[in-house]
Amino acid sequence: MEFDALLLSRLQFAFTIAFHILFPAFTIGLAAFLAVLEGLWLWTKRDAFKVLYLFWVKIFALSFGMGVVSGVVLSYQFGTNWSEFIRLTGGVIGPLLAYEVLTAFFLEASFLGVMLFGWKKVGPRLHFLATVLVAVGTTISAFWILSANSWMQTPQGFEIMADGRFQATDYWQVIFNPSFPSRLTHMLLAAFLTTGLVVGAASAYRVLKERAGPPVAGWTESRISLVMALGLIAVLAPLQLLAGHWSGEVAHEYQPSKLAAIEGYWESRADQPLVLFGIPDREAQTNHLEVALPGVGNWIQNVPRDEVIQGLDAVPREDQPPPFIPFFGFRVMVGLGLLMILLGGVGAVLLWRRRLFESRWFLRFCVAMGPAGFIAVLAGWMVTEVGRQPWVVYGVLRTRDALSPVTAGEVATSLIAYMIVYAIVFSAGAIFILRLMAEGPVAALAEPAPPQDRAPGSPLARAPENTTPGEGG
Amino acid sequence: MMLDLQLIWAGLIAVAVLLYVTLDGFDLGVGILFPFARSKEERDVMMNTIAPVWDGNETWLVLGGGGLLAAFPLAYSVLMPALYLPVLLMLAGLILRGVAFEFRFRARNRGRKFWTQMFAGGSILTAVAQGLILGGFIQGVTVENQRFAGGTFDWLTPYTLLVAAGVVAGYALLGGAWLMMKTTDNLHGDARRWTLAAAAAVGALLAAVSVATLFVHPRIAERWGFGAGGSLTVDWSVLTPLLLIPALGLAGLALVAVMARRGSHRWPFAGALAVFLSGYMGLAASFMPTIVPYDIDFRQAAAPDNALGLMLVGTSVILPLILAYTGWVYWVFRGKISEETGYHH
Repeated sequence: MEFDALLLSRLQFAFTIAFHILFPAFTIGLAAFLAVLEGLWLWTKRDAFKVLYLFWVKIFALSFGMGVVSGVVLSYQFGTNWSEFIRLTGGVIGPLLAYEVLTAFFLEASFLGVMLFGWKKVGPRLHFLATVLVAVGTTISAFWILSANSWMQTPQGFEIMADGRFQATDYWQVIFNPSFPSRLTHMLLAAFLTTGLVVGAASAYRVLKERAGPPVAGWTESRISLVMALGLIAVLAPLQLLAGHWSGEVAHEYQPSKLAAIEGYWESRADQPLVLFGIPDREAQTNHLEVALPGVGNWIQNVPRDEVIQGLDAVPREDQPPPFIPFFGFRVMVGLGLLMILLGGVGAVLLWRRRLFESRWFLRFCVAMGPAGFIAVLAGWMVTEVGRQPWVVYGVLRTRDALSPVTAGEVATSLIAYMIVYAIVFSAGAIFILRLMAEGPVAALAEPAPPQDRAPGSPLARAPENTTPGEGG
Repeated sequence: MMLDLQLIWAGLIAVAVLLYVTLDGFDLGVGILFPFARSKEERDVMMNTIAPVWDGNETWLVLGGGGLLAAFPLAYSVLMPALYLPVLLMLAGLILRGVAFEFRFRARNRGRKFWTQMFAGGSILTAVAQGLILGGFIQGVTVENQRFAGGTFDWLTPYTLLVAAGVVAGYALLGGAWLMMKTTDNLHGDARRWTLAAAAAVGALLAAVSVATLFVHPRIAERWGFGAGGSLTVDWSVLTPLLLIPALGLAGLALVAVMARRGSHRWPFAGALAVFLSGYMGLAASFMPTIVPYDIDFRQAAAPDNALGLMLVGTSVILPLILAYTGWVYWVFRGKISEETGYHH
């Protein structure tokens, strides 16, 4: 394998986007969670919700900041490393990306300032509105980016002009391309589950810690957020199984070679088996050490048993996706998804029997599942992006034809630079977040109440109010 | 009525970039001035003046990049590889300073010192990189067959380094004038000194850059009425109306200097804005209608009309909204911030 500009650019894109996706995956759900908490606080006036809000908003601020800076990198990387992709398809997906900036980024960035620093400057209702708008912004952002990415998976509504550039013939078809509804649903559910798992793990950790001793400040809050998180997981984890299946059906119809790579099918045939394990080998065009259940593959895909499901042999070898990552990534994702269903189900039963807060093994299970959402999201994105190869726009534009005129030296430099910067930034961020989580909601109480009604936890918390005469404030 | 979509989009992106440069300019400038602050408390206050708005400011950069991608994909796909390393430097700088806002307030002792340095260093790096990008843009980009065809270090010349110095000084001027508006007492006094020093530096560097630019490419000199055909003649009918642009810059600098001495808190910022507007108009006068100097004009680089039309429909509704709520956010956080009372970690 030669480390040329193409491979290095692919590695760099994978590296930077893998780091970036962790933050939207977390903040989409967390923003909604914060909106719910603030809404509940306004509605019930129970202080517990306010404490939880003030605690989780600190973690949100840290995560959101890291999401913003890692996202700016991506909006320029299309040009620095994949300029041919933009030169050719910019007229089709450019508007989708522009709409993401216009409808989502400004909304998030502007109202984030109010959310973090405007606690009493604007009054509780406007502040709640700011929180809701930030949450709405994160979801709109997912809408556009999933639309653009889905168009790359299942392109339609375009034509190729004489000079090779793409032009949209119907933007409705571009935006609402065949794989978009299922993939957006799948991603939003994944984001909510990721947040639920993190909130659940952090809360369970505090409940475990405080289980033995007498009640301390913040102990009810951890229990409330644990129940909220488990409730969410119990409902959404099974739904996610259905959404994932829906995505698979779309892939079966529109991206058969991706599905074949995921399932480990080399041979096109009716009555496919269900391959549980194997080591796909591209050279030999077969799986080694395969463990398969015969006769159920078609049933899992919701395809009649006598219908042929395409294998990788249906496309020339140079058009086959590399099977290793889709095959294993998919199994990691599904395995974690099943564990999430188990977590939600058992949690619901324990709650029903009022044994949730005493069950040490289950609380530990919650803690252990904390990162499961992130891992599943990364695995899932690797499945879908590697499964699309060798195409950047499926069946139309090859990844190698999308590359910028850059040298391997340039890309190696930038890749190393990103690795160093990200290592510093994201390990520091992780430490700050884990430190806050270890402290628990009591961290929100620990900081003295701000004398001038600014949001605690913010840099302005202890700064004095506007004191300029004649300026209201 | 047929709208000239290409022209509208060229104008919109020009406005987005100008808004970015002035808005993020002042908060990058605060970072550039960070090393000159006397104490941790002063730095806390300086950061607090921009904490609620920096993220929105930076979004204009994303719009500039995203808008260029969407409306002029050819320009985007030529410029980004041409400026590969300076763009990398800019992004690295933006990452380090962006996270420093939250991290500095979460860190303890050594960590806080580190993120203070990263905030200052990242801001300076970002400004330098943007200067190199601007300089590389003015110098011109080698294009063959609609693709960048130059070398890795084309953007690194004495001229681009001069421009980079000018951008750093310019942002420091904006940052200093912003701090004059937002702070009181000692910090305000410091900000005034910084502003005056930066204004002097900007005056010198802007003059140097302007003169140097005339020599960078004969086409620019011709635009300004100098030496058509290599002679040392001046075509006054071309130059005279254009002289209003440097006059605006000089007026801005004078406004900064005079009003800062007279103790005004707000006029210096207005003066700094005038300086930036002048520089920007100077560039526009030199380059219109080129979007990739000197080979590609904006019409060649434009996306198909249906893409531009689709975006314009949404933009005409959303952009006023964005401007409205951005204005509202600035209104919410208006007025002075001061450093007194317990602000301990």
